[in-house]
Amino acid sequence: MPFQSRYVDGVSSSADDTMVQLLTPEGKFKPSASAEEFLPYFEKLTDADYRKFYREMVTVRRYDTEATNLQRQGQLALWVPSHGQEGAQVGSAFATKDQDHIFPAYREHAIAHIRGVDLINIIRQFKGFTHGGWNPFDPKHKNFHIYTLVIGSHALHSTGYAMGIKFDGATNTGKPDKDEAVIVYFGDGATSQGDVSEAFVFAASYQTPQVFFIQNNHWAISVPVSVQARVPLYTRGEGFGVPGTQIDGNDVFASFAVTAKHMDDARSGKGPSLIEAHTYRIGAHTSSDDPTKYRSDAELQDWIKKDPIARLETFLKASGTEEKFFAEVHQEAADFAADIRRRTVELTGLDSSSMFDSVYSEPHVLMDEQRQWLAAYDASFEEEAQA
Amino acid sequence: MSVQNLPLAKAINLGLQAAMAADPKVLLMGEDIGTLGGVFRVTEGLKTEFGEHRVLDTPLAESGIVGSAIGLAMRGYRPVVEIQFDGFIYPAFDQITSQLAKMTFRHEGALSMPVVIRVPYGGHIGAVEHHQESPEAYFAHTPGLRLVSPSNPHDAYWMIQEAIASNDPVMFFEPKSRYWPKGDVDMSASGYPLHASRVVREGTDVTLVGHGAMVSMMLQAADVAAGEGTSIEVIDLRSISPIDYAPILSSVAKTGRLVVAQEAPGFASVGSEIAATVHERSFYLLEAPVLRVSAFDTPFPPAKQEAVYLPDADRILDAVDRALSY
Ligand SMILES: Cc1ncc(C[n+]2csc(CCOP(=O)(O)OP(=O)(O)O)c2C)c(N)n1
Ligand SMILES: [Mg+2]
Repeated sequence: MPFQSRYVDGVSSSADDTMVQLLTPEGKFKPSASAEEFLPYFEKLTDADYRKFYREMVTVRRYDTEATNLQRQGQLALWVPSHGQEGAQVGSAFATKDQDHIFPAYREHAIAHIRGVDLINIIRQFKGFTHGGWNPFDPKHKNFHIYTLVIGSHALHSTGYAMGIKFDGATNTGKPDKDEAVIVYFGDGATSQGDVSEAFVFAASYQTPQVFFIQNNHWAISVPVSVQARVPLYTRGEGFGVPGTQIDGNDVFASFAVTAKHMDDARSGKGPSLIEAHTYRIGAHTSSDDPTKYRSDAELQDWIKKDPIARLETFLKASGTEEKFFAEVHQEAADFAADIRRRTVELTGLDSSSMFDSVYSEPHVLMDEQRQWLAAYDASFEEEAQA
Repeated sequence: MSVQNLPLAKAINLGLQAAMAADPKVLLMGEDIGTLGGVFRVTEGLKTEFGEHRVLDTPLAESGIVGSAIGLAMRGYRPVVEIQFDGFIYPAFDQITSQLAKMTFRHEGALSMPVVIRVPYGGHIGAVEHHQESPEAYFAHTPGLRLVSPSNPHDAYWMIQEAIASNDPVMFFEPKSRYWPKGDVDMSASGYPLHASRVVREGTDVTLVGHGAMVSMMLQAADVAAGEGTSIEVIDLRSISPIDYAPILSSVAKTGRLVVAQEAPGFASVGSEIAATVHERSFYLLEAPVLRVSAFDTPFPPAKQEAVYLPDADRILDAVDRALSY
């Protein structure tokens, strides 16, 4: 009998009935049937947590808007907007523990912020001052690794890191506040890369303490997710031995609860798993992109109605949060953005010879020769100017 | 009119269009090349004109793109692959170097591999990591591949068609910083074979050779030098593999001095190959050692350092002075 796919052309991009949702786009708390096993994690949250989620989403969206403007004003070479994906990012990031390691792609600004990275460092990267920007091994950055621009390559790095955790016996000891796990973020487009499939193979083979978090924002630049996958992406890992859950990525509660459970499973020896978060990139792919060339306004408007911040705001208001709180959060976010603007404009100075400094960890004759050559060359211009 | 004034990106676009119109087996493959027309718009309009079976917006996987292009070529197609940026070619490295390059040899000549791999390459655009590299040497080192790089719109228009017509794999390095400046394209004739290098400015004191975006840099340096009384001959390499040595050697016979300029790091580079060969073949004609002007042997640095990292006209002139000081 010929194989009959459940999924017809294009349907892979839409949610299916197993999608976990707690908060509807209208802001009603109405958990889907599939949410049941995750509810205990949600129930641990307090009103203060809800407000923390809200504050974080608003702050990073404001930051993102500011960076977009700074790019337009010529301050940045490029910007990669996160607008629209705050629900997936904030919920999942708050579900990780301090000892966990996080491997981001390049759009995870909210997660960076939650893990303690000063967001001026992402600006430094996109202003052309650094390829990295922060030290993930400095405790203040809570194991938030640097961005990866080669699509999908970091999936393997995260798996290797998780293998190391397991080899070290640093997981599944029965101490959830010590046991380590890894979460790696990538997009729908990245799932096509061989590196990502190989990461699934290694993760399953070594039963790594690890969660693969796919932010399916429906587009890889101009290419729709239906080109990458004819089955829903949460099922992509199944054949590799990496089971998945699909969530409404614009529901910060679903993102929190599902990630918390998957990470707990990972740290308690249940092996690797996958989360597919349905979300949408509201902005352009990057500041160099023009999305009107490939997607419809109707689609965009449809997703704007599912905004992660608006639905949490409705929920908070309905459950009695005062106007004052919202005003405060927006003021704080504006102040945050103003501070980023000021520091962006003030960024200066990058000693040209620093390019020789960290190519190797140990001394290297070519670096020494070329550093000296450059110094002498620069000096020859100064001599000329004086002569 | 058979001469059109076009940007290099548009010249490639028209060259692709002509090749696709002439041969239904020519098809384009790559990320974002269809509906969007490519991130540099080099394939703009071609999906509309030729349809989605001739212009494939592929899944996001470079190894997949090149590997499946090999299969299509076995089936009689002539795939033209776009790699979105230089630094994203490496996931396809095995398919290019171990498969594409060696298929004909492995089949003892029973099979040819008419695949073109277009690579927007090089710096000067202030971009983030992986978007400004010059990886030619990796591929020049691989027997079985042909490598070319146009420096101007006329060559771009013709060389892309000649590359597609070749029955061997051709890597086509497009100097992305030169996509936008316009130049005259003679639509009636190419004037040079694909693998010919070409003297683009005559001179008597020093010879400069390079390819791609480096050609305009060398011409700029030659202008400055002329003002100081030094006459520079500039050669546009055009073909990186094989290298057409005849114009270089006859120029060196005249000037006795050669400077090779390239955007790539100098260690084990195309420039090293040229320098070694010219030393071997023209030792007694040289008045000075062949000098190389290259990027430093570091990874391409953050954009704020690219002006220091990449060789410019001043660095070329510095080498010219050194060559003249012997
Ligand atoms: C190996 C590689 N190929 C191509 C690119 C160029 N590129 C940058 S982002 C992108 C699309 C990525 O889509 P997705 O994984 O869905 O992530 P999103 O940008 O939507 O968050 C492409 C093709 C790249 N960065 N790396
Ligand atoms: Mg995407």
